[in-house]
Parts: sequence; C-alpha cells; structure tokens
Amino acid sequence: MAKFFAITILVIAILSAIPIVRNTWHPMEDISTHGQAIDKQLDDTMWEAGLSFLASQTILAWFIWRFSGSRPGEKSKSFPGGATGLVAGAIILVGVEIFALGIFGVKAWGNIYFTQPGADALPVQVQAGQFAFYFRYPGPDGKFGPLHADKISEANQNFFGLDPVADPDSKDDIVTAEMAIPVNKEIRLLMHAKDVSHSFYVPALRIHQDFVPGLDLQLHFTATKIGRYEIVCSQLCGLGHYNMKAYLDVFSQQDYDDWLKKQAAMQ
Amino acid sequence: MHDTSAPAAAHHGPPTTFIRKHVFSLDHKVIGKQYYDLGLAAVLIGMVLSWLMRIHLGWTNFAIPGLHLLSKTGAPGDVMTPELYLQLMTMHATFMVFFVLTVAPFAAFGNFFIPIHTGAEDMPFPHFNMMSFWTTFVAFCVMLLSFFVGDGPTLGGWTQYAPLSAVGSVAGPGQGAGVVIWATSIAIFCVGQLFGSLNFIPNILDLRCKGLSMWRLPLPTWAWFITSCMGLTSFSVLMPACVLLILDHVAGTSFFVASNLVINDQLQPHSGGSTLLWQHLFWFFGHPEVYIAIVPGMGIVSHVLITNMRKPMLSHRVLVYSFGALAVLSYMVYGHHMFVSGMNPVSSIVFSFPTLLITIPSTIIVLIWIGSLYGAKLRINSASLFALAFISLFITGGVSGFFLAQPSIQILLHATYFVVAHFHFTMAIASVFGIFSGTYFWFPKMWGRMMNETLGRVHFWCSFVGVYCIFMPMHYLGLAGNVRRYSSFPADYMSPLVGVHQFITIAALFTGAAQLIFLYNFIHSRFWGPPAPDNPWQGTSLEWSTTSPPPWDNFGGRHMVVYHDPYQYGVQSSKGDYVMQDSPEQVKTENEEP
Repeated sequence: MAKFFAITILVIAILSAIPIVRNTWHPMEDISTHGQAIDKQLDDTMWEAGLSFLASQTILAWFIWRFSGSRPGEKSKSFPGGATGLVAGAIILVGVEIFALGIFGVKAWGNIYFTQPGADALPVQVQAGQFAFYFRYPGPDGKFGPLHADKISEANQNFFGLDPVADPDSKDDIVTAEMAIPVNKEIRLLMHAKDVSHSFYVPALRIHQDFVPGLDLQLHFTATKIGRYEIVCSQLCGLGHYNMKAYLDVFSQQDYDDWLKKQAAMQ
Repeated sequence: MHDTSAPAAAHHGPPTTFIRKHVFSLDHKVIGKQYYDLGLAAVLIGMVLSWLMRIHLGWTNFAIPGLHLLSKTGAPGDVMTPELYLQLMTMHATFMVFFVLTVAPFAAFGNFFIPIHTGAEDMPFPHFNMMSFWTTFVAFCVMLLSFFVGDGPTLGGWTQYAPLSAVGSVAGPGQGAGVVIWATSIAIFCVGQLFGSLNFIPNILDLRCKGLSMWRLPLPTWAWFITSCMGLTSFSVLMPACVLLILDHVAGTSFFVASNLVINDQLQPHSGGSTLLWQHLFWFFGHPEVYIAIVPGMGIVSHVLITNMRKPMLSHRVLVYSFGALAVLSYMVYGHHMFVSGMNPVSSIVFSFPTLLITIPSTIIVLIWIGSLYGAKLRINSASLFALAFISLFITGGVSGFFLAQPSIQILLHATYFVVAHFHFTMAIASVFGIFSGTYFWFPKMWGRMMNETLGRVHFWCSFVGVYCIFMPMHYLGLAGNVRRYSSFPADYMSPLVGVHQFITIAALFTGAAQLIFLYNFIHSRFWGPPAPDNPWQGTSLEWSTTSPPPWDNFGGRHMVVYHDPYQYGVQSSKGDYVMQDSPEQVKTENEEP
C-alpha cells in the first residue's frame, strides 16, 4: 500500500508538470511594452516553484516508499543533521529565492505603476458599469468635458452623464462601446466606475486593474501589435459579470484615425 | 502563573437530564461532537452546491432535475441562471469557509481534545462553551434562512465586496435581504467563535494538570492555542465590519458606499464612504482565517504522523515556532488579496515581502514533516494516508503561493482559476484531509467504536486522486486567463477552455460521490462499529490514558500527572516502543529536546 501510494504521488507530480513543460495552456501572446518583464518573472517563478514542487513530492514519495512498514530489528533513525540543518537550509534556500523574486518583481511591477506617462500619451477614459465598459475620447479639442452623475442615463444613451449644452468641452467628446487605440502609441487610461467595483483585465496587454467606485485611477501602456483583443471584467459585479466584456482594437495610426472619424460622425 | 503542584479542573456535576446530556450540554466532548455534526451538515450542503455549480460550468444549459426547488426564479426549466450560479457559489464558499473549515478542525476537535490533552475535567467556562456552539448553530440556521427569504441568498461571493454588497437589492438578486442575512449570520458566527477562543486559551494556559508544561502539550493543542489567538483578533474585526455593512442597508449610513454612484439609472442615496475600507477590514480577518483553517490541520496531521511513524518529529519546538510565525505573519500579508484593488501600488510591494516571507515557516514545517519520515517505521492506515496526503496537497498549494505573492504576476493571475486552485489546495482540501485524518484517528476515542478500515482506504484513494483531478487543471485555466466567478465563458479566448471545465466537473462528481463512502462508514461505525479499545494506535498523549469514549469528567476522577513529553516513541518500555505521557515509568529520554 505504501509503495503504491508513493508511486501515485510521483505519477501525479509528473502528470501535473507535463502540461506546463509542453506549454499546453499558457498566457496569451504579450502585446505590450512592459509585459516582457512580467512574463520573465512568471517563467522564473515557474522554474523555481516547479522544481520545488517536483523535488518535494519526489522526496516525500521516496521516504514513504523507503520508511514504511515495521522492519523488525531495525531502530528508528533521525534525519542526518537533524532539524537545525533543515531549518537553516529552508531559510537560506527559500530566503534567497524569495529575495530574488521580490527584487525582480518590484521592477516588473514598477514598469507599470512607478513610471509616469509621456506628455504626448493619448488619453482614453473608460467607465465600468453593470455590465458594460464604455470609452470616451476627448475629440479635436483634446479636452474631456466634466461628468454629471445625475445625468447618467442608459435609456438616453448618456452613459457618462455628459451635458454638451452646458459644457463646451463635452461637445466633441466621442463615446464608444469598444476601445480602439493606435499601435505603438502610449495610452493614458483614465478609469472610473459608475456603480460597483469592476476590473479592467486585458491578458494580452498584461494589464489588470480594479475600478474603485469613488476613486479615479490611471494606467498607461503601449500596445505593440495590431489585432483584436478582449477586455473582461474580473471583479464580481453582479449577475451579468460573466458577460461583461469589450473588444480592444489595436489599429495602425491611419486605421485608428479613420475609426475615430467614423465614431465622431455617429455621435 | 500556572501552579503545577495542584490538580486543575473546571468542576460541574455529571449531566442528569436528556437535555443537559445531549442538547444543551456543558460537556466539552458533547459540544465537540455537536460542532463536528454541524460541520458535517455544512460540508454536505457545500458539496451539493459545488456539484450544481460544476454541472453548470461544464454544461451551461443542462437541466438539473429539481433545481427549481432551490429558487423560485433562478432555475426556469431547471436550468441554472447566472444569478443563481453566483448565489450557490456564495453559499458554497460561506458554508465551507465558516461552518466547515473553521468549525471542524478548530471548534470540533479542539473542544473535544483540549481539556483531555491538558488533563482537565472540562473547559474553564462550560456555559460559555455551550453558548459558543448554540450561537454558531443559530448563525448556521440564519444562513440557511437566506435560501427562503426574498429573492434568495446574496450573490456577492464570500468576500462580499462593497459597494455591491452595500447598496441593496438594486444591485441584483439577493443583494437586499440576502446580504443582511449573510452579514447577520456571520456576525453571530463571530460571537460564537469568540466564546470558543475565550475557553480554549485559558484552558491551555491555566488548566494544565500537574507536570504538564507548555512544551509538553501535544502539537494539535499548540495549533488550537495559536488558532484561538488568531480567532480572537480576526473575528473581532469581521464582526463590527458586518455590523457596519448591515447599517449601510438598514440605517442609511454610507460606510462602504462612495458618493455619486448610479445603478439602474438611479443616483444612489449614499455619500462619503470608502470602497476599499471593506476590503481592508475583510482581509484583515480573511487572511488569518486561511491559517485558522489550516493550522489546526497541521497540528492534527503532525499528531497522527508521529503516532504512525513511531518516532517524534525532528523538532517539536521548531514546529510550534513555525505555527506561531504563520500566525503572526498572517496579519501582515492580507494586502496580497488587494494588489490590483486600487490601493497605493507601493502598498502592494510592502505586502508582497511578508507574503513571500511566510513561505519560510511553511517550508520549514514541510521539511520537518518530510525529514521526520526519514528512518521511521511508518504504519499505513486511513489516518496516516490522509495525513501524508495532506503534506502532498500542502506542497502543491504552497508552491502556487510563490506566484500569487508577487504583484507583477498577479497582473496575469489575479481573480483567475489559478487563485481558486491555490486556496483550495491549501486552506480547503489540505484542511479537509486534516479533518479526515483526525476523524479516522480519533473516531475510536470520540465515539468509542472503530471505523471500517477498508472503506476508509477506498475513501482515501478516491479522494486523493479525485482532488488532484479537480484542482490541478485549475492552475492551467488560470494561466490561460480564465476568470473565476463566471457562470459561463462567453469571452472568445475562454470558450476553448470549456473542455477542461467538463473534465473538472466529472472529477468533482466522482470525488463528491466518494464522500458518501465516508458518510456511510461514519454513520454505520458510530452506531454499529466494533467497540474501540482505549488505546488502539498505541498513542502516548493523554487522550489514550482514558476510556473510549472518555467518561463525563474525562479521567474518571483521576487527577492526572504528566511525566513526559507528549511523544515518547521509539523507546524501550514495559508497554513496547512507547511510554504514555502519564506513566511514571522512567525511560531513557532520547527524544527529549534540550
């Protein structure tokens, strides 16, 4: 029974590792300028955690195999070096491992959160509400008009609560249900929630940030590959949470300009 | 300071009426068994809910016969709606986290064995102890009530993030009365657990019998002591948080709701609250809760392993210090649940380092377990199989913690199935395996009968292979970006992953069905199992020095005296390779730590 158990542990450990080694399921291709550091951090952690996993399970299985049963006449033995060696080993090995991961992790995190967007970054506002994202572009004047919560009306399709009559800056604002951005252009994303907490998760962009009702948050990023990607909500926001998504189109500059003109005409 | 010259006990007479004996009992052992039965009822509910959820995730339009009985509007044609999915998910997690993972390893086993391990007659405050169980039972009934009130239970998840949880029914089904009932139940539950901790701690500090120093306490009792301290400080934060949440619903306050929120085109009548305040309060409880669930399991499997290895752990003290380190660090790491929540990004770095640091005591514990296996004479039985599997599961859950401790990696993995896999392996499944190990080990003592060993092993094999089939693939789903708490997966990149969900669903149904083997074995053995000897496993700690089951005063009027460390195995004595803790027999104390 003990030997069979040991083999089972080993087989489970190996089978578990196979999809990782074969890269069967993996994060989608990175299309951001900052994502490379995150992916490297993930790879490094996978190596360290994966080896720890396989080594620990193998030793556990080996000891179960080797030290089960009564073995009459044989005295119980203690692990060479005792607890001191194991504690010292754990502190040194894991300490170095987590120190290294921590330091490099700060760099990957800082690429997003501890840098400022350039002055020419393209501002795009995103509003999250049950159960849709809406996006706003400032129009030719480059300015966003102010928001008025009391004017928000899904029925009137005034998703942001704009008042173009009273606020000249709102007149040329462009509101869309999908996000489009030019490739290789830095984006300054202005985030706010209309009702409850939501999240802006774009796996391909290596961007993941909650919307916090009552707080205006900013992110900045640059997409490097033309294509269509998905934005999904990852913060439980109600019954339609599973279906709260939008598309992100990364266009060439020319296609983006054409798209924006078309959207402006539809306002 | 504890006076070791006098026998210590909390005195109350033997129960004389049926009510006092079986219902409103003051006997810690009856209360422990009541907690166990409550945990068993809760785990059955939680398991059935998980079956329903998993069927829906695998086959979204599958009609589950009778599902409409659970919800008036949530299951047209017995097909689950997204809102019913979220309601069942919330109740699954709530029942499991609070009424199973807290109740069974901590309150049930702790109640039964702490006074026995300390050589006491009962808890120091038996009436409080009785109130602890019945308060928890009321909390359980209140939580059940939410299935039958208004538009059903809350759908906001066990974390109940505000403002979804605070704005009322305008936010969706169950978000009105359902949330108020949820918060009321949890607040009551917190009171019950505080009563429990207020008994456990003084029992361990003040009711230890003669000769029983703190270092002579068995490892599970150390684990329950540390868990009680965590419970005191964490439940006392969650309870007022729940009261504030209720006030946001019924008193027009705005603790957790910011200004100018618009839901269904209605401007909400709240202002000035903080969305993140709830998250801070909740996770200040929530992360220690992870250790409240797992540390008792660590103590239990250590105890079971030592008895079955026939040798003590490499270091009793290092394990105790490591349990303590987990408890202290657990308060410093809660922010890793909030890396992308919108709190200051510098805070994420600050919370990241203690989160990584907590892997050191966790690693030490695992290495002590594995290192102690070296040179053992390991007995394989249902209890030791579950204990050994606990180590395997804890390793698997632990290594995935490396990923989630890092804010940069959480950009990819936060709120995905990777997180679901991680916390199920650690606080849920490992903890449940600790409960099973403790049950197979202590069943003879608790109920005075033996469980069927063959059924125990069948139960083990199905469960061990089953849980890996359920939860290991969730790591892969998470890596692929599969978001959790979705009732189905309409996103283009997630829909190809449904096949993996179907595999998990089949594994979950199989593994769940295997638990019926345990249920049969448990009930049958409880009433019809062969009578248990007093010390069936040749154990050394004080529970094995009394009858199975123990009399109402635990030791039949004997004032216990302890002469040894709790784990004197691998020695030469008149009984064999062990010496009971209360035996005055002198042996070469090769296992005493300096």
